[in-house]
Amino acid sequence: MVSLQTISESDPSQPAAEKAKLRQTAESMAARQRDISISEFFSKNRHLLGFDNPQKALLTAVKEAVDNSLDACEDAGILPVLKVDIQQLAEDRFRISVEDNGPGIVKVQIPKIFGKLLYGSKFHTLKQARGQQGIGISAAGMYGLLTTGKSIVVTSRTGREKPAHYYEIQIDTRKNAPQIIIDKAVEWEPPHGTKVEIELIGTYKKGRHSVDDYIRQTAIANPHCEIFYTVPETGGTVHLQRGSDSLPPEPREIKPHPYGVELGVLIRMMKETPARQLSAALQRDFSRISGRVAMEICKAASLSPNANPHSIAVHEAERLFKAINGVKIMNPATNCLSPIGEEQILSGLRKEIDADFYTAITRAPAVYRGNPFQVEVALAYGGSLKGEDLVDLLRFANRVPLQYQQSGCAISKAVLGIDWRSYGLSQSKGALPIGPVVLFVHIASVWVPFTSESKEAVAGYPEIMRELRLALQECGRKLATHIRAHRRAVDEEKKKSYIEKYIPHIGIALREILGLSEKAEKDLVITLKDVLERSRSRERIEE
Amino acid sequence: MSKKSSPAIETDQEKPNKSVLTAIRTSAQDIHRKIMARKKPTMKLPVRSLSNVRYQPQRGFFEMTGQKKERTLTVNTVKTFAQTLRMIALSKELIENDDIATKREAYYVSKNWEDARFTEQPESDTVMDDVEAYFGVNREQLGFIPEEKGGDVAGRLFVIDHDRDTGKVLRIDCTKFGSGAYSIPISVEQLQFETNADFILVIETAGMFQRLVKHNYWKKANCILISMGGVPTRACRRFIRRLADFKKIPVYVFVDGDPYGITNIYRTLKVGSGNAAHLNEFFCVPQARFLGITPKDIVDYKLPTHPLKDVDIKRARDAIKNDPFIRHYRDWVDAIEYLLKMGVRAEQQALAKHGLNYVIDTYLPEKLNHPERFLP
Repeated sequence: MVSLQTISESDPSQPAAEKAKLRQTAESMAARQRDISISEFFSKNRHLLGFDNPQKALLTAVKEAVDNSLDACEDAGILPVLKVDIQQLAEDRFRISVEDNGPGIVKVQIPKIFGKLLYGSKFHTLKQARGQQGIGISAAGMYGLLTTGKSIVVTSRTGREKPAHYYEIQIDTRKNAPQIIIDKAVEWEPPHGTKVEIELIGTYKKGRHSVDDYIRQTAIANPHCEIFYTVPETGGTVHLQRGSDSLPPEPREIKPHPYGVELGVLIRMMKETPARQLSAALQRDFSRISGRVAMEICKAASLSPNANPHSIAVHEAERLFKAINGVKIMNPATNCLSPIGEEQILSGLRKEIDADFYTAITRAPAVYRGNPFQVEVALAYGGSLKGEDLVDLLRFANRVPLQYQQSGCAISKAVLGIDWRSYGLSQSKGALPIGPVVLFVHIASVWVPFTSESKEAVAGYPEIMRELRLALQECGRKLATHIRAHRRAVDEEKKKSYIEKYIPHIGIALREILGLSEKAEKDLVITLKDVLERSRSRERIEE
Repeated sequence: MSKKSSPAIETDQEKPNKSVLTAIRTSAQDIHRKIMARKKPTMKLPVRSLSNVRYQPQRGFFEMTGQKKERTLTVNTVKTFAQTLRMIALSKELIENDDIATKREAYYVSKNWEDARFTEQPESDTVMDDVEAYFGVNREQLGFIPEEKGGDVAGRLFVIDHDRDTGKVLRIDCTKFGSGAYSIPISVEQLQFETNADFILVIETAGMFQRLVKHNYWKKANCILISMGGVPTRACRRFIRRLADFKKIPVYVFVDGDPYGITNIYRTLKVGSGNAAHLNEFFCVPQARFLGITPKDIVDYKLPTHPLKDVDIKRARDAIKNDPFIRHYRDWVDAIEYLLKMGVRAEQQALAKHGLNYVIDTYLPEKLNHPERFLP
């Protein structure tokens, strides 16, 4: 269990404190010093997890449940079908329900997954997934419990021949342990899948930070999933159809790359490794460390390759850490990533956004601090989109929409750093460009560097900024080509109408001056139209 | 040298103008023939801007340097081309019917032209100026007349005109208008003059003109007073030119001490405009001299001032850089640079600071004592 310790604040070296009558003794303080459970910590700091206000709480709860469902379906190779249902019970009270057709969850695991923070399959591996820390869904349940006193309700079934399990679970925030309120087998129609229900205090609003927008963006970035979404206001169900029948390729787990490991993690890894020798431990637990590289690291750290990794002292670990960063190590394998792919992004955009022009770029994988990542940028232009508004920027990390903290995000900074005027859009200094554009930016990584636990903004590592810039520029160039061609077509049309409009007047004027017959005037107009039409294409602009 | 002017200008607009009609017909036939030969017709127009004029003091006015732009009928020019031809057709109709149209009326006539109509009068004025320059004639010969009147005259002058109906000679005494004035007609070619005035004083503003008329300044100074009311019209310029040529009397110009007064009003009066340069030879007054308000007057007479506006500064810099007349005279460049350096302008009526009749009692007499000091 992770625990945080409170820190005593009094400083005995201060003379003023000595003179003053002691208000507390070390003993009395010690009596009050104790472990704080991680769940207690987060119940007091709920903003860290995205539950800072009622509107965001509703969104975060839906989001955590949907992310989990999609991850589960994809891991099991099932094309996801999700039912997302938001019921308004009272003005500020909602019941959310997210049901998937995933593999279901084994009975014994259910309480831990939903009733214990930091319990999960994803924290210990490096693998591209929506969830990372194993906090999300249990935190949502905890928030519901704190605000309404109601349990999180989970129904799950793992197969046709197995029974469905029904659980009502509460999280004991002091112990960070699940408390099972009800546990029973029930009749449930779906052959496999999981349904999570949470009652909570929230606010339902439209707009950028809305659940509606989250669902729409999720549908764009995950064209392989089908969503039935019941909107609270009308109670009507929106059916977001699948845009593609192919599942994304399964991302592969990789071992951490030495460049991305922090000293503390390195110390822990050395303590926990099953290997008996330092050199073997390095080769076993990290990617891209060969025997030769391991020897090189040991030599640079002045440590014996045969040393027992379990008994490495802190100052030795520090030398090891420095040595690692001084030795040239191959970049990690990047085939562990599963980008959405240009085709899939286009199908997602096409089905959700009515535009004239679509383009998408998937960059080759790159590496920041030992973590492989990949940037994808796409855009939709024209059609029903409004030209006088700021560009609609959709940010995604591992296929999850990022709806908050736009200004603090590396993606937004990269977009602002581009001169969009050279690509045919207008742009004020320091602002998003203006134009009928939806701009889609996705970062896929085994470890997306979020700026906080609520996973709202991506940190701007130079490698990430560079990839973002290159991808945005490439999309921008394609957009510029399209806009230019479009303008040319409009111009052509205008010129054509010019000929239609004004040539008759040349006929009238010449008839009036020269007293031409009607036939002569008609001949003249026809001839002149023909002459101009023919020369139009090879004409250069005069005057 | 009284009536020497070009045949084009001398023609009377009330008789059908054969040569203009012929020119219109010839050019229309040329265009028609080209189109039927499946060629794109062109019109050659002189460039109407300061960049196409040069100034030679012995000639005395802005002359065209002959730059022409060729307007070929293409998709891009089809609108202007159509409008120009319709304007020419209108002109032909006016001449044939012995009729006239003001510039504003011509603009309204175009409202019948459907897609080819003008949205604002400046557009039709530009096309009219193009047509005028294309045929190298005065717009009155095309049947188009300006709205604005020519200017006001008072003082020691008899204008000899004829009664339109009876043909009787009219001898108009410009001293007999009381506090009013004789108004310069749109066409001045038929006028003759009698005068024994010592000089002509040409004034920018109606306000200053009123003051000088009211106090019979012309009696005191034995002169003719003419009010331009801003940039002088062609008729006003022509009137002054004919009058000054006829009696060989000097012309002194009294305008506001600002870039507009100097580079627009005075310069246009003296050497003509860049816009209708083919006519400057007749519509200029090369003998004009600049009495004031000079930039130096602002200091000498401690005149109250206003700061130069951005448009003044732009106009002044532009004149120093591009106006061939200003550039020809070191004195003018110096004066304008001095004005820019001071960053202020002064109006004629600023003299009122020293007393309402200071201009009559002190300023003008002092200045007129030294006409040799007037700016060129």
